[in-house]
Amino acid sequence: MYLENTSLEDVEETFALMDDWEDRYRYLIELGRKLPPLSEDEHVEQNKVRGCASQVWIVTRPHPEDSTRMVFIGDSDAHIVKGLIAVLLLIFSGKTRPEITATDARKILEQLGLAEHLSPMRTNGLFSMLQRIGDMAAA
Amino acid sequence: MIAMSDRAGAPDSLDLNRVRADFPILRQTVHGKPLCFLDSAASAQKPQVVIDTVSKLYETGYANIHRGIYKLSQDATEAYEGVREQVRDLINAEHAKECIFLRGATEGINLVAQSWGRAFLREGDEIILTEIEHHSNIVPWQMLRDEKGLQIKVAPVGDDGALDMDAFAALLSPRTRLVAMVHVSNAIGTIMPVEKIIELAHAAGAKVLIDGCQAVPHMPVDVRALDADFYVFSGHKIYGPTGIGVLYGKAELLDAMPPWQGGGDMISTVTFEKTTYNELPQKFEAGTPNIAGGIGLGAAIDYVRSIGFEAIAGHETALLDYATEKLRGISQLRIIGTAPEKGAILSFVVDDIHPHDIGTILDREGVAVRTGHHCAQPAMERFGVTATVRASFAIYNDFNDVDRLVAAIRKALEIFE
Repeated sequence: MYLENTSLEDVEETFALMDDWEDRYRYLIELGRKLPPLSEDEHVEQNKVRGCASQVWIVTRPHPEDSTRMVFIGDSDAHIVKGLIAVLLLIFSGKTRPEITATDARKILEQLGLAEHLSPMRTNGLFSMLQRIGDMAAA
Repeated sequence: MIAMSDRAGAPDSLDLNRVRADFPILRQTVHGKPLCFLDSAASAQKPQVVIDTVSKLYETGYANIHRGIYKLSQDATEAYEGVREQVRDLINAEHAKECIFLRGATEGINLVAQSWGRAFLREGDEIILTEIEHHSNIVPWQMLRDEKGLQIKVAPVGDDGALDMDAFAALLSPRTRLVAMVHVSNAIGTIMPVEKIIELAHAAGAKVLIDGCQAVPHMPVDVRALDADFYVFSGHKIYGPTGIGVLYGKAELLDAMPPWQGGGDMISTVTFEKTTYNELPQKFEAGTPNIAGGIGLGAAIDYVRSIGFEAIAGHETALLDYATEKLRGISQLRIIGTAPEKGAILSFVVDDIHPHDIGTILDREGVAVRTGHHCAQPAMERFGVTATVRASFAIYNDFNDVDRLVAAIRKALEIFE
C-alpha cells in the first residue's frame, strides 16, 4: 500500500463510478492530499521535473522489503497536479525496473479518463513526469 | 446582465451585441459551455472582416510583392504598402517608412538591440529596464550586455505595481543610453507614465524604446506626441493575424542603423564584391514578408478604428472596474497590480490554490484565462509569487463574462476547500 488505504484498483473503480468532472477532480485532489510529504532535502532542484507550469518534484525511495523494486513519491504546489502524481505513484510503485519500463501508463490514464492531461504541450507536465519516471527506472 | 450604460459611466457608443457578433469564435462552446474568452492579452480573437480579408487575398488577390510587373503583384504590393500608411496614421508617425513590418514586437526589440545597440553602444553604457518587463524586453538587452559589456539597471515598482518615479530618475546617468520600458504591463496591467519617462530620459541624453503590445489595441497612441524613439507592437493583439508586428523608429535613427538581416528586398544592388542596401523601410525587411498577415492587419486596424478608441477604452475600463470590484468581494483572493492607472488586465492569486488549479477549473467552466508567470518572472518575484491567474479584457467581453469568471472562481474555491 503506497497511498494510505488506496490502491490503483480503488482509483479505477471510483473513477468508473463518477461521470461528473467535478467529482473526479475532487477525488483527484483528495488523492493528492494523501501523498506522504517530501522532506526538505527532497524538495531540491535536481528532483524537479521540468516542463510543468507548477513546481513538481519526484523522488524514489527504497522499497521496504525488496531492493529490486522501486517506490516513487512526489509533490507539487498545485492540487490537481498532486493528484496526478498520486495516480502515477500508484501505477509505478512496487514494480521492478523492467516492469516499470513495460508498463503502459498511457493506457491506464486513458482508462481513467485522464488522457487529456497527457499531451506533451499540456502545462501540467504529466508527460514530463512520465518521462522522468521512465528515466529513473532506466538509470 | 445590466446594461452597459448603467456601469461606471461606460459610453453607449460601443454596440456590444454587434461587436460580439463580429467574432465568430465567440459562438463556440467549450466543455459544453459558451466560450468566455479572457485571454486577449496573450492574443486577441479575430473579427470576421479580418478572416475574410485574409481568405479573399488568397482566393483572388495573392502574389509576391515589391517585384512583380504584373497586375496581381502590383495590387498586392499596393494593399500591403497601404497598410503601412494605416499603421503610420494609427500611431501618428511622421513617415510611413518609419514603420517597419516584422514578425512581431519581439523581433522589433531584437532588431533595435542587434542593429542600433551593436552599432552605437559601448562598454560601460547603461540601459534602464523596469521590474515588470516582459522577457522580450529583458533578454535581448542581456544578450547585448554580455556581448558589449553594458550595464542593465532595473527601475523598481511600488507594491501597487506603479513605477517608482524617484527611483527611476535616480537611475538616469550620463552613461544611460537607452530606457526600454513597457507601455502597459502584460503581467499586472500597470499603465506606465511613458510621456514623463521619455521626457526625463531625453533630458539625460538617452533614447527610449516603448513596448506597446498591450497599449495599441486599447488606447490611442501618438508616437510623435510621446516623442518615442522606438515603439513596438504586435498585430495579433490588435485583432489581426499572427506573425506580423511593427517597429516604429524615428527616421534619423533608422537611417543611421545598419541592416540586421540580409536577404532579398533589403538590397539595392548585389555583386560578390559589394552590396548596397535599400532605403527604409525595406532595409530592415529582408525576405518575403508576411503579406497576408500585413493585409489582415490593415483590416484589423480599420475594424478597431471603426469602433473608436474612446468607446473601446470606456468599455474596457468599465469591465476592469466591475471585475476589480467583484474580485475584491472574494476574501481569499489577492489582486496583484493595483496601480491607479491600469489597462484591462487583472492578475490575481488565491490563498492555498495554485493558479494552475484555478485555471483548470475555470477551463471546465468555459472560462479561458492565462495562468503562469506571463513571461515576466522578475515581475512575479517582485510580488512574491511564482505565478498568477490573469484575466484580460477586450472589446468583445461583456459584464456577463465577468460574472462567469467570478462564479467559476467561487466554484474552484468550493472544489479545493
